[in-house]
Amino acid sequence: MAERDEGLSRRKILECMTWAGTGVLWTIAGGVPTSLGIIDEAVAARQKGFTFLQISDSHMGFDKPANPNAKGTLEEAIARVKALPVKPSFMIHTGDISHLSKPSEFDDAERIISQARLDVHYVPGEHDLLDEEQGKLYRDRYGRGTKGAGWYSFDADGVHFIGLVNVVDLKAGGLGNLGDEQLEWLEDDVKGRSASQPIVVFAHIPLWTIYPDWGWGTQDGARALGYLKKFGSVTVLNGHIHQVMQKVEGNVTFHTARSTAFPQPPPGSAPSPGPMKVPEDKLRAMLGIASVTFKQNEQRLAIIDTSLQG
Amino acid sequence: MIKTKSLKNIVVAGVAAFLLLAATPVWAGDATAVKIGNFTFGPQEVKIKAGTTINWTNEDDIPHTIVSPNNFRSKVLDTDGTYSFTFTTPGTYTYFCSLHPHMTGTIVVEAATGSIAPPQ
Repeated sequence: MAERDEGLSRRKILECMTWAGTGVLWTIAGGVPTSLGIIDEAVAARQKGFTFLQISDSHMGFDKPANPNAKGTLEEAIARVKALPVKPSFMIHTGDISHLSKPSEFDDAERIISQARLDVHYVPGEHDLLDEEQGKLYRDRYGRGTKGAGWYSFDADGVHFIGLVNVVDLKAGGLGNLGDEQLEWLEDDVKGRSASQPIVVFAHIPLWTIYPDWGWGTQDGARALGYLKKFGSVTVLNGHIHQVMQKVEGNVTFHTARSTAFPQPPPGSAPSPGPMKVPEDKLRAMLGIASVTFKQNEQRLAIIDTSLQG
Repeated sequence: MIKTKSLKNIVVAGVAAFLLLAATPVWAGDATAVKIGNFTFGPQEVKIKAGTTINWTNEDDIPHTIVSPNNFRSKVLDTDGTYSFTFTTPGTYTYFCSLHPHMTGTIVVEAATGSIAPPQ
């Protein structure tokens, strides 16, 4: 956290920072029903650029004490997205759409998320590949136009977006895994691109090592980041750990989004990373979505997180 | 964390000692339980006679799997979900949870006749 955004800090902005020399402004705001009015203002204030949303870890089908109504909280989040005064360009979903990869869970997710009336770019979480054929259901539904286990890239408004899959073929004792085939594809995908083009990478498990004892990292993530070294602006958006974390390293900003389903404990603060039961009136403070606004010709990158609770 | 680990080691040692004491063919065909809790397999290492069935039960609020590449692979186990596998061939079987690969366990299967090797 290099600097607070004075104009927005009172509106529950947790993280803001200067992004020297890149000429871009990012705003990432996580929000839930009560706080999204606030985000609306923040987004509207930056409306010269384009906005996209990040949503993560919906876990449709989860019904344990940490949140018996994961469907309800996803609905709340989407209702706020719908209420945004300025329509975002699209949404990315950083995985764990479902809890157990059941068709009914994917159906619920589709029914609720589609109410936002936005294109959604998905990458799978490990919970989305639990069908008999280890991911066929996911690929049939979400994998059109993707490579391998579901990775792809696209351009929007001058920004190059790269969706990676790091939840396949995990090895005993290891962390998240991208694998050679995907890494070679990535190297090729960014080859020849101008170093001034902003890059957004999104994947389920954090690409940076947060807490290996809980598997919170990607073993070959550093190799992926190596291919992105020349770029002046790289933003890495992940989910999986159900809490906001951020790190800036050189030209790379790493950020994890909240879940819409249930919180998980901070690294090492509990015997395991299992769902964290919090008092009912605290739950929405720990769930959320994120909104990212991209603005040309601003030398700032501001990352804002706002919880679902006002 | 450290406390939990050493406690667990004592439990593992206890179970191993118990298995050692009870190392007679009467175990063949019997069942042994492995609990999954707090993202760990407990006991983490189990020694059994060939023919023994291991029953895994997931006591976490998050699903897990039991995977030993080329040997066995469970479906996903939701809370209270169970998986059983009968070990007929002696050998050392390592396994892990394919969702949370930092979770690992070992099943050591001794020949049904003959004695279990002394602890290392």
